[in-house]
Amino acid sequence: MMNREGRPTTPAADAAAIGDQIETFTGNRGLEIEEPLLFEIGGREKSGVDIDLPEKPENRLGKMARGGEIGLAGLSEPEAMRHYVRLSRRNYAIDLGVYPLGSCTMKHNPRLNERMARLPGFADIHPLQPESTVQGALELIDTLAHWLKTLTGMPAVAMSPKAGAHGELCGMMAIRAALEARGDKRSIVLVPESAHGTNPATATYLGYTVQPIPARADGTVDPEEVKRHLTPEVAAIMLTNPNTCGLFERDVIAIADAVHAAGAFFYCDGANFNAIVGKARPGDLGVDAMHINLHKTFSTPHGGGGPGAGPVVLSEALAPFAPLPFIVHGKDGFRLVETEQDPDAGQAFGRMTAFHGQMGMYVRALSYMLSHGSDGLRQASEDAVLNANYVRAGLEDLMSLPFGKRPSMHEVLFDDSFLKGTGVTTLDFAKAMIDEGFHPMTVYFPLVVHGAMLIEPTESESRASLDQFVSALRNLVEAAKSGDKSRFTGAPYLTPVGRLDETRAARQPVLRWREPRLHRDAAE
Amino acid sequence: MRYLPLNSDDRKAMLKTIGVSSVDELYADVPARARIEGLVDLPRRASEMEVERTLGRMAAKNMAAGQVPFFVGAGAYKHHVPATVDHLIQRSEFLTSYTPYQPEISQGTLQYLFEFQTQVALLTGMEVANASMYDGSTGCGEAVLMAERVTRRSKAILSGGLHPQYRAVVDNLSRFGGSGVIALPSAITDREDIAAHIDDETACVVVQTPNVFGEVIDLAPIAEAAHAKGALLIAVVTEVVSLGALKSPGEMGADIVVAEGQSLGVGLNFGGPYVGLFATREKFLRQMPGRLCGETVDAHGRRGFVLTLSTREQHIRREKATSNICTNSGLCCLAFTIHLSLLGEEGFRRLAALNHHNACLLADALGGVRGVEVLNRSFFNEFTIRTPRPGAEVIAALADRGILGGVPVSRLRPSEKAMHDQIIVAATEVNTDADRAAYKAALSEVLA
Repeated sequence: MMNREGRPTTPAADAAAIGDQIETFTGNRGLEIEEPLLFEIGGREKSGVDIDLPEKPENRLGKMARGGEIGLAGLSEPEAMRHYVRLSRRNYAIDLGVYPLGSCTMKHNPRLNERMARLPGFADIHPLQPESTVQGALELIDTLAHWLKTLTGMPAVAMSPKAGAHGELCGMMAIRAALEARGDKRSIVLVPESAHGTNPATATYLGYTVQPIPARADGTVDPEEVKRHLTPEVAAIMLTNPNTCGLFERDVIAIADAVHAAGAFFYCDGANFNAIVGKARPGDLGVDAMHINLHKTFSTPHGGGGPGAGPVVLSEALAPFAPLPFIVHGKDGFRLVETEQDPDAGQAFGRMTAFHGQMGMYVRALSYMLSHGSDGLRQASEDAVLNANYVRAGLEDLMSLPFGKRPSMHEVLFDDSFLKGTGVTTLDFAKAMIDEGFHPMTVYFPLVVHGAMLIEPTESESRASLDQFVSALRNLVEAAKSGDKSRFTGAPYLTPVGRLDETRAARQPVLRWREPRLHRDAAE
Repeated sequence: MRYLPLNSDDRKAMLKTIGVSSVDELYADVPARARIEGLVDLPRRASEMEVERTLGRMAAKNMAAGQVPFFVGAGAYKHHVPATVDHLIQRSEFLTSYTPYQPEISQGTLQYLFEFQTQVALLTGMEVANASMYDGSTGCGEAVLMAERVTRRSKAILSGGLHPQYRAVVDNLSRFGGSGVIALPSAITDREDIAAHIDDETACVVVQTPNVFGEVIDLAPIAEAAHAKGALLIAVVTEVVSLGALKSPGEMGADIVVAEGQSLGVGLNFGGPYVGLFATREKFLRQMPGRLCGETVDAHGRRGFVLTLSTREQHIRREKATSNICTNSGLCCLAFTIHLSLLGEEGFRRLAALNHHNACLLADALGGVRGVEVLNRSFFNEFTIRTPRPGAEVIAALADRGILGGVPVSRLRPSEKAMHDQIIVAATEVNTDADRAAYKAALSEVLA
C-alpha cells in the first residue's frame, strides 16, 4: 500500500520478514538504542564538572558534617550528553507530531520565548534583590498583568500561583476570604460532574462539601438545575467554560446571575480559555475568579509535566483579597507589597508561595502575547476552534459524538460507542494510534462520557497534518469495525517498550533504584 | 502570522467542509453581549526583532547576579550551571512533551523522573521521594497537610528558623484548611525551646536546616522529642547543596523532608520556576502528595517506567485526593538531575566543600569590618551579620555601589524591629577573592 505521498506504508515483504527476524546482540535496533539508568552507568568518582578542593578546607558546620557516602552516581560530560540525548529520543513531543491531548492543550512553543526567558536580566536575578535593581522585572510582571486583565475583562489579577490547580486554590481562597469578611460561613461548593478532578479536590482542601451538578443531555449545565442546588449554604460554583466536553456553556450568564443572587461566587476553571481569547471576556460573563494556565493558552512549554503557572483574575468583589505579594506603582517606580505589615497590604489573604511566582513563565507568555498581538491572539483562538470542528467534521460519520453534531469549541469529544462489538477498548484504540505516529488524544476523560476520547488539535496544526490525522483515525476505525482486533489489543508494537504493566507498578511499587547488592541483602 | 499554519484559503475550505459560512457560527453558543470585536488598548502583532527589543529593554533595567559581586541567598542561590544542562533541557523531546500519560512514548521523561526520585531519596536520606513539587515552600505546606493526615492531628509547630515566606505559605494553607499553626518566635530554633511546645495534639514540627539565618541545626534531638509525643518531624532544606556537607535529615530522624532544588540546574529566575523536593519514609507512601514514577515491565518482560499510585491523585480520587496538585516541575527536575549527575558523588561533595570554604572566607572578611558582628555559631554557605546601621539601608547603599550584599532581615520579618540591624549573607562557588574584597571595602565605606 502507498501512503498519500506515494511511499509504501509497509516495508517490502522480504525486508519486513528479515527485519523482524534479526535478533541483535545488543538489544539495540539501529538508531533505537537502549539506555540503562544513570546509576548503572555512572561511577562514584566520575564527574562532568571540574571543582578544585580548597587546600585547607574549613569546618564550621558544628557536629553536623556528613559521614558516609551519599550513593550518587556521576557521569563525565560526554557520557551525560549521550545518556540524556538517548533518553530524549524515547519521548513523543509537540515538535515531533500531532499531540491532540484534549484539556491538556499542546501547542507550538516558540523558541523566541525561550531566548527571551534566558536573558540574564530575567533569568539571573534574585527574588530578594533590592527593588531598585529589578525595576524591569517588575515592569514585565505588571505588563503581563495588564494583558491578562484586558483579555479577560477583569479588574485584578493575582500573579503568584505556580500552576493551574494552585490558581484554583488561590481563587477559592479569595472567595472564602471575601465570605469571611462579611461574616458569612458557607459550607458547600457546586461542581459539575464533568469538571477537572482538581476542582473537587480544591474545594475539599478548603473544607467545603462538594455538591456535584449533573449535566443535561446536551452536555452543558442547566441553570434550573443550579438554582435547585443554590441554598444559603452555597459558597461558590466551580464551572469550566468552555467545558471539558468541548462545549461552550451557553447559559453561563443565567448561571452567574443565579449564583450571585444567592450571595455566592462564580469560580471559572480557565483551563480552556484558549478557545475564546480575543473573542469573549470572562468578566462579561459574570465570572468572579478564573485561573489562566499560561502553558495552555500562552504557549509556555510543559516540559514533561511542568512547570506551570496559574495567575488568577479577580472581580471587583474579590480584588481586595488577592494574595501577597503584588506590585504597586510607587513614586520611585514599581514596588512589591510583600507582607501584611505593609500599609498597602489591605485585606490580602496571605501568601501562596515564597517569592513572586513563575517569572520564567511570565517572560515566555508575554513574549508570545507581544508576538501575536491582540489581533493574532484572536486569530489563534479562531483557528483552534476551526481545527477542532474540522476534525469533528472529518470523523463524525464514523466515530460517535455523545452530544450530537453541535459546534465544538477548541476540542471535540467522542465516546467509545463506535467500538461496540469490536472487542477493541478505548485504551487499545489509543495505543494503536501510537503505532501510526500520533500521540493519542485524552482518553477516559471527562468521566461523564463512557470511554471518552477528547481531541484538541490546537491552532498549531496545518490543514495537511489534520488531514493525515483524520485519515489515520478513519483507517483505524474501519480496521476495528472490520475485526482486525490484533492490531489494537497488543498495541503499541513499534515503540521502544511495549504495553506496560501499570497494575504491577501500583501493586509492587518500585520508586527508586537500589544497588543490586543491597537488594539481595534485603531479600535474604 | 508566523505561529499559525492556516492561511485564508485553508480557512475557507475548512469552513466549507464543516458546513458553516463563517467561524463566528462556531461561536454561536457564546452570548452576544459577551462577544468582543477587538482589544483596542493592546498592541497588534510584533516581529521577532520587535519583541526582542521590547523585552531586552526591560531585562536591561535589572541588575543581573552574574554582573556584580553577588551575596544574596535566603532561599534562592546563585550557582554555576554547566552549559550541558541548559542544552539538554532544550531538546525538543523534553521541552515540548506533556505529562507522560502514554508511557510507551514517554520513557525519556519517565526514566529521568525515576532517576530524580532516586537522587532525592539518597540526598535526603529517605526511602522514597516523589517526582517533585512546585517549589520548596509549597512542598512545605503539603508536608504539613500530609503529617496531619498521617497522625490525624491538626497542629503544626514551626521553628523560628523557618524561612518567613515558607511560614507564610504554611500559615495560609492551614488557616484555610482549618488546622492550627504555632509559629515560634525567630529566636526559638533550639531543641529545648521547640520541645516545650510539643504536645499530644501536635501533628508535626517543622525545622529548617541550615535555618534562614544560616545556622546548622541538629535535628536528632528534635526528632526524638517529636516522636516521643507521636508527632512527625518535617525537615526543610532551602539550600540543597548543603546536603553534600551535612548529615542528611533522614539520618537525623526526619519523617518528611522537603527541599528547594533550585540550586542545582535551575537558576534564580526571580523566584520561579523552581523545583520542590519531597521525600519520606516508605510507610507514609500512600499519604504522599504529587506524582510518582514507578518501575514495571512491558508485555515482553522488558523494564519500563510508568506514573503510578495515581489512586491518591485528584484525577482519580477527586474530592478524596491527597492534594489538588496536578502538575510537577518536570523540566526543572530534569535540570536538577542532569546537574547532579554531572557532579556525581565526588563533584557534589567538592561543590559543597567549596561553598562552605567561600562562606568561611567571607565571614572572616566581613567580621573584620569595624562594627560588624557575625552572629552564627555554625553555618554552611550562609550566615547573618549585625551592622551598626539598619540592614535595609546598608543593602541599598551597597547596591548603589554595584554590590548585591544580602537580604536585610527587615524585609522578611518587618514586625521584628530588634532584628532590623541584621543581614543574611550567602556565599557560593561563584564568589571570587575580588568579590569578597569588593564587598568588604564597600561595607567599610558604607559603615564609616
